[in-house]
Amino acid sequence: MERDSVKAFLGIVGRDLRLALRQRADALMVVLFFVLTGALFPFGLGPEPNLLARIAPGIIWVTALLAVLLSLERLFLADYEDGALELMALSPLPLSAIVLAKALAHWLTTGLPLMAAAPLIALLYNLDEAALPLTLATLALGTPSLTLIGAVGAALSLGARRGGALIPLLVLPLTIPVLIFGVGAIDAELAGLSTKPHLLLLGAILVLALPFAPIAAAAAIRQAVE
Amino acid sequence: MSLFEGRGLACRRGERWVFAALDFALPAGGALLLTGPNGSGKSSLLRVMAGLLPPAEGSLLWDGAPLRAEPEGHRRRLHFLGHQDAVKPVLSARENLAFWAALRGGAAAAETLERALAAFRLEALAEVPARLLSAGQKRRLALSRLLASPAELWLLDEPSVGLDRASDRALAEALAAHRAGGGRIVASSHVPLELPGAETLDLDAFAATSAEPWPDADWSEAPWSEIP
Repeated sequence: MERDSVKAFLGIVGRDLRLALRQRADALMVVLFFVLTGALFPFGLGPEPNLLARIAPGIIWVTALLAVLLSLERLFLADYEDGALELMALSPLPLSAIVLAKALAHWLTTGLPLMAAAPLIALLYNLDEAALPLTLATLALGTPSLTLIGAVGAALSLGARRGGALIPLLVLPLTIPVLIFGVGAIDAELAGLSTKPHLLLLGAILVLALPFAPIAAAAAIRQAVE
Repeated sequence: MSLFEGRGLACRRGERWVFAALDFALPAGGALLLTGPNGSGKSSLLRVMAGLLPPAEGSLLWDGAPLRAEPEGHRRRLHFLGHQDAVKPVLSARENLAFWAALRGGAAAAETLERALAAFRLEALAEVPARLLSAGQKRRLALSRLLASPAELWLLDEPSVGLDRASDRALAEALAAHRAGGGRIVASSHVPLELPGAETLDLDAFAATSAEPWPDADWSEAPWSEIP
């Protein structure tokens, strides 16, 4: 029974990864949005190296957050519209485990590519090279939380008209702590202060989101598939 | 013999009572055919039976034990076929089928998948991306899901929609084989469905249109009822 559950869990991750691979444009769009939005600010603010280096952590994090928000709609909507979500809700695997599997696949196809593209933005903004590993570490700790919190918003918006526009409104306020501690850690590194408290708090958010977000999202999906 | 039973079921959708005081009993090997005009609650009853929709009143029992106590055990023994086919356009027919079989526990043996595909004449289309399938072929793919993993109870909402005559026969054979193996079937259909010896449940008889729209709201005590 246990092995069946693990197999079913991995089956969902594998299926969503395969779907993402066959519809590469979706994942690519998120990364392009991240890079293009990131490249936009210097045009608005003017080419001042000191200013750009100072705001780089904030730009990287805000654009990453917006890029994740942009991708949340595809987490459940397609499965909801073609009836796959109600079949998943009827499968022996607990629905919260299914949400977790889908969130994992979503992070692998958005959070991970964003991390890969982040050095490009860092270069564009002349961010101190020494701070790059830490920047990636904050993204590695923070973007999974964004996906998990976002999953709750995406599940709540199912069945609503113009649900896609609703998700950012639901999710944005809840993601502010992730943003604050993500940027705080990089700023602390640049100022030569300890980054540990920020990273610990980012980790705490992830530890809390891991069990609770799937349960909340599963409850919202049950409502949606009634 | 174990029974799948519903007692005093009622269903409310929004402000409207769809049906009320509905009873049914389904033994192993039995079949129940749901009939009634549009909106009489055939789909809602199937969703109640699946556990997707909690009944507003009444309870469902399996072998005398209420289903509410063990919803996961119930999900393990049922197949649900709704209006939608849940077919992913970018996956091939076989990939679609293999995913649903794996989700219902254990990787299905390759030959089980082949047999399920063959039952609805999809062998030749197994590697074709599902977006190239016609509506009827997608329906056949959804039906082959029933055969790709075992489940005792089949809940089928208009299973024969969009099927050609040969597929209709394949469906009838699959239904007969399932019942011969002790499986139970609940199906809704507008067209005659080949289910010999099936009990018919006419949902029109349980229509609750005469009932109060909100029986739990008693406005007679409202302050403005005094106003002449």
